[in-house]
Amino acid sequence: MSSLAVALTGNPNTGKSTIFNELTGARQKIGNWPGVTVDKKIGYLSHQGRNISVVDLPGTYSVNARSPEEKIVIDYLLNEKPDLVVDVLDSSNLERNLYLTIQLLEQGIPLLLDLNMQDEARRHGIRVNTEKLGAALGMPVVETTARSRDSIHTLLDVFTSTVMEKYQPSEKVRAHIANIEKLRGSGLAADALEEKIIEERYAFIDAVVDECVSVAGVDAATSEKIDAVLANGWTALPIFLVMLYAVFQITFEWIGQPIADALEEFISGPLTETVAESLEAWEVADWMQSLIVDGVIGGVGGVLTFVPLIFILFFCLSFLDGTGYMARVAFITDPIMRRVGLTGKGIMPLIMGFGCAVPAIMGARALDSEKDRMTSILVTPFLTCGAKLPIMALFAAMFFPDNAANVVFAMYILGIVMAIVAAKLLGSTVFQSQGSTFLLELPPYRMPDMKTVLLETWDKGKGYLIKAGTIIFAMSVLIWFLGHFNSGGMTEEMSESFLAALGTGMSKLFIFHGFDTWEAGAAVITGILAKESVVSTMGILYGVGEISAEAEDAVETAATMMQTGMGTAFTTLSAVAFMVFSQLYTPCVTALGTIKKETGSWKWMGFSAVYMFALAWLVSLLVYQGGRLMGF
Amino acid sequence: MTLKEGTSGQRFVIRAVTDSPLKNRLMTMGLVPGTAVTVLRSAPLGDPMALRVRSYHLALRRDDAASIQVESMAN
Repeated sequence: MSSLAVALTGNPNTGKSTIFNELTGARQKIGNWPGVTVDKKIGYLSHQGRNISVVDLPGTYSVNARSPEEKIVIDYLLNEKPDLVVDVLDSSNLERNLYLTIQLLEQGIPLLLDLNMQDEARRHGIRVNTEKLGAALGMPVVETTARSRDSIHTLLDVFTSTVMEKYQPSEKVRAHIANIEKLRGSGLAADALEEKIIEERYAFIDAVVDECVSVAGVDAATSEKIDAVLANGWTALPIFLVMLYAVFQITFEWIGQPIADALEEFISGPLTETVAESLEAWEVADWMQSLIVDGVIGGVGGVLTFVPLIFILFFCLSFLDGTGYMARVAFITDPIMRRVGLTGKGIMPLIMGFGCAVPAIMGARALDSEKDRMTSILVTPFLTCGAKLPIMALFAAMFFPDNAANVVFAMYILGIVMAIVAAKLLGSTVFQSQGSTFLLELPPYRMPDMKTVLLETWDKGKGYLIKAGTIIFAMSVLIWFLGHFNSGGMTEEMSESFLAALGTGMSKLFIFHGFDTWEAGAAVITGILAKESVVSTMGILYGVGEISAEAEDAVETAATMMQTGMGTAFTTLSAVAFMVFSQLYTPCVTALGTIKKETGSWKWMGFSAVYMFALAWLVSLLVYQGGRLMGF
Repeated sequence: MTLKEGTSGQRFVIRAVTDSPLKNRLMTMGLVPGTAVTVLRSAPLGDPMALRVRSYHLALRRDDAASIQVESMAN
């Protein structure tokens, strides 16, 4: 039998993605719809011997084709003509959900109505008479509770049956369509006509809901009680800060960091040793041994150790998003975010930026206005991502052994302050004329579906793994090559390599910054390729790699490193200047590539690279020269 | 009056939605003339505001709410 094409459509926050994930599990592909930055999710499964493909269309409130998402939904349904269109509805909020339904019925698209969130609706005393609803619209109705296997089976059985073949829009729907046609023919101006049509649709929906939905014994919804605490005036902000603090503790102290440390220990210890010994035993050429051990394992391994941190952070954020709390965070932080030239909705991508700028830049897709989206994309890379953290941690431990944590914290604050300054500047110059609006549904609090949370975490974090496997791998080989060769061939002396030549060139820019050594210059160059490379480049150049592997802990590492060339190459002040520069300058190539993809323009990518470099150069210069004036 | 002046706990009926960049989206999400709206609460500094409309909750900046003309509803 031929395969069956199913499309899921519906409003945001209806549990549509949970149904999609329950249906297809991990057998899904996430790509992009052509020409736009909207996720395209397709999953595959088979049921009763039939292969089924399921497309999870973007969640939309309507199909007016005003946003890219809405255009995708209607174009897909009209042009691709899937065998079965499932309209996922939140049973506790039918009125608004039915708007999309009636719009699709007007387009002559037959629908399987999936009354989801049945359990939640019942708890709120809402009863939907499915038979009446089916009769009122002339379409089949299925009741589901997204997370129950029974529900999913019911759905699948309907998919493979021939249920859709005998359905026709009801008399009422046909009368409604006739009404709309009459309005269109009445010669009203476009705006007034649109308004009339929307009112007509809601009049139809109100009649259907009156007939099919009964509400009994409603108590003040649980969500409202929770919001009275979590989203109410001033108490909301301290609670948010505590939540944020907990997320960072989980990531950088309790769960993420210990895993990262174990991984680091394994890579720099047993793995490196085993590989080095094996290569030795197989009598592999010396240069090849050096390439694999110093170049590839050193470079890729260094990145892999951040993977646990990034995955744990994204897991926490996806979990909070699934509960509905992130919508409240957007609500309560909007007053602050708006004043700095951003929007409350931008808080989630911004927090992701502390993990990795790449998914954070992609997360800006969720923002409504072009101004908000562009500003968010352009300021996110100022934040301290997971790869910049080791730079700060290392320098702080070396030059401020008694105050390391405070110095690292100060660098985080610097990143945030610069992001705010840049957002203000962009808002009053480049995007001055553009307005910003804020319209956001606050969905009911829910226990998130773990499968959905895990799949989302994977989706956001996998980019980082891919980066480690591709760009970091290539860059590690390149950096190794540059560091071990010069025009005369291979060289033992790194100070005579291509890298030294490039580093010397770059260092000319930092004559007034106190760190104009070729080593620092080389680290700045490799940092544009990947921020992880800054520390590893310095490690290699100052010959501190072996020391750090043997040292017991970070403090000891730092103390030992002070005795290497690195300790003497920087003064305390020039170390701060270098930290400031590293915190703020040009994003890594992966982030730049993402900016190009998300803005669709080389111009914005180039702008981002140049303006961040310039600002970093300036601020770092001010710090160094200012510090000297003050006698440091 | 417009919804912009609404305070927590007040209930209104929408009379009209005037021209604004959000007009179409607001109406699409069910804020059409005749619909009841309850102001639930405000974010710190009083803006944006959270509303209950048609059995769901919606957050909206007060400047955007200025385009919604409302009439106070007796409790």
